[in-house]
Amino acid sequence: MEKVISGNYAAAYGAKLARPKFIAFYPITPQTTIVEKLADFSSSGELEAKFIPVESEHSAMAACIGAANTGVRTFTATSSQGLALMHELLFWAAGARLPIVMSNVHRALAPPTNLGADQTDSFAQRDTGWIQLECESAQEVLDSILQAYRIAEEVMLPCMVCHDAFYLSHTYEPVDIPEAELVDSYLPPYVPPFKLDSENRLTFYASSTRCPATQYEFRYHAQQAMERVPAVLRKADEHFYELFGRRYGIVEEYYLDGAELVIVAAGTMVSTVRRVVEEFRQRGERVGLLRIRMFRPFPKEEIRHLLKGVPKVAVFDRNISLGEGGILSQSIKSALYHTDQKPVVFGFIVGLCGVDITQDIVGDIVDYTLQQDTPEEDIIWTEVIR
Amino acid sequence: MTSLLAEKEKFVVPEEEYIYQGHTLCAGCSAALIIRYVLKVLGPKTICVVPACCFTLMSGRSTYGRDSQLTMPSGLRISILNCAFETAAVTASGVKAGLEAQGDYETTVLAVAGDGGTFDIGLQALSGAAERNDDIMYLCYDNEAYMNTGIQRSSATPDGCWTTTTPLPRPKQGAKKNIMEIMAAHKVPYAATATPAFPFDLMQKVSKAKQKRGTRFFHVLCPCPTGWRFSPEFSIKISRMAVESKVFPLYEIEDGEKYTITYSPRGVPVRQYLELQGRFRHLMTEQHIARIQENVDHHWERLVRQVQA
Repeated sequence: MEKVISGNYAAAYGAKLARPKFIAFYPITPQTTIVEKLADFSSSGELEAKFIPVESEHSAMAACIGAANTGVRTFTATSSQGLALMHELLFWAAGARLPIVMSNVHRALAPPTNLGADQTDSFAQRDTGWIQLECESAQEVLDSILQAYRIAEEVMLPCMVCHDAFYLSHTYEPVDIPEAELVDSYLPPYVPPFKLDSENRLTFYASSTRCPATQYEFRYHAQQAMERVPAVLRKADEHFYELFGRRYGIVEEYYLDGAELVIVAAGTMVSTVRRVVEEFRQRGERVGLLRIRMFRPFPKEEIRHLLKGVPKVAVFDRNISLGEGGILSQSIKSALYHTDQKPVVFGFIVGLCGVDITQDIVGDIVDYTLQQDTPEEDIIWTEVIR
Repeated sequence: MTSLLAEKEKFVVPEEEYIYQGHTLCAGCSAALIIRYVLKVLGPKTICVVPACCFTLMSGRSTYGRDSQLTMPSGLRISILNCAFETAAVTASGVKAGLEAQGDYETTVLAVAGDGGTFDIGLQALSGAAERNDDIMYLCYDNEAYMNTGIQRSSATPDGCWTTTTPLPRPKQGAKKNIMEIMAAHKVPYAATATPAFPFDLMQKVSKAKQKRGTRFFHVLCPCPTGWRFSPEFSIKISRMAVESKVFPLYEIEDGEKYTITYSPRGVPVRQYLELQGRFRHLMTEQHIARIQENVDHHWERLVRQVQA
């Protein structure tokens, strides 16, 4: 059934279709309409999940951890400050190998208070052990939440599905809402490999201070699980395509053939970049686009393979790791370190804190990058230059 | 004076034990006794949720006694979920919801936290659970400072008390936070104080709470030989003196309104309680003692008025 809905409602429909048994919710703009919609589904009886209206995002994640330990599918949603408040428990959820799925609506971190889109919130959580998916459309938000459960429950790691504030959270688009029965065949009920109950007397997360090697090994296994994600994602994506006719991949290639310049981007800005790439191609300029859908684990192999031999790469970061630079840009450079025929990587800070990324801005960046042999600066602040 | 006292004769202490021998808490630790009595009443269909606190030394790792059938034995004969420091109440809420979602309405989910994890860092999550009246039990064993990290003051540390972060000559200033009044203000169905020196009182209260639904709270004084500076054999004596001196009255509050004193203290001078503990040694001037006695009397009279109201 096709409906015109917002990105946030798409997230709520995705969560509903996944049939979680537990949802913890706490409001924060611009995420709030996700949990409002889920509350509607719950009160109308369309969704049977237990709901806890917690008193903070920190408690939202703690409640999900408690519930997930008993072996039920869980969901929550957050944004920006809320995600930052959860930071401690993001490590806990991943370390405990709980396949919690969470929507994160990218929003700038204060100060000052700013509701605009900015990827720093979740990119700054890159070391916590969560799988992270970046969405471009409302349809992809819904579909990715379903895929997220498939992937998370197979590798036993939590997964964050991210979309941009307002450009997607509050923008209405036509979205195909799949039939529940079809989704059930894609995503059967969750069967946990172990669970907390009063029958099997087990201790969960006993202190390892006296036996640190145990925890060292747990970290190794978590990394091994992360390394399985690309293959698991591909499989989940293909199965999704068979049932629903849509697939997204780990990364998406757009006009990469013979490209002299490849723009690397993630999130809603990708749609704008597509248009600009088309225009440049029509003028005979060999410009392409590589969209990062899976940000964690970082798709190093795909990047090495697709960017090998490309003369120039322009990375668009709607985020900043202060003291280092754009997070995507740093990750791309790191991925390319061991390859021959390394591209020249230009790192652009664009659209930070909800600044619009227009076709003009993208066009200017492409012109600049085509003209330059090497970047004048390690971090290029487009708005400051303009 | 109360129905609990009247029922004392009838109360049969369950023989089953749910703690293994060989835990690694300090000698004389009251927490071990408290949890022993509590679990006797709650029985095997119990899950403990435990944040960072001394109790993790008992629950949080394998002890010398083992249940050979289990590959990863619990430190107790029940299931344990360790959780982040400030999340005991809400993690318990999540566990309870998860169990109920699978049709288990019977298992008691018991959060066990220290005073730091309850009065300080865990207060927000506790308040949230209490306001929602989530169906959990919450036991705060109060040793009146951060003992697991080595005796740092908390908001449960009494006025005039020495700790490593309130060193002499400036001991802790200001009264201990009244956690029972905070819980009463949330109108939780049941809140009670207890100490291990009065095990029947403690077990009867747990038994009574077990019959109720919603957030049930226990504030249990937990004398700590290490942090309070006394010899381990005095734990029970000091527990008893805390009650008899009215420093720590035994009472319960139902629905935030009905106050009942469950033991009539003899009213021994507070000096006799204080002088047993090294943490108050510096206070032994008549002036200091008189001030503390005045506060204790004031709070007792207030409690008596609440009972009569």
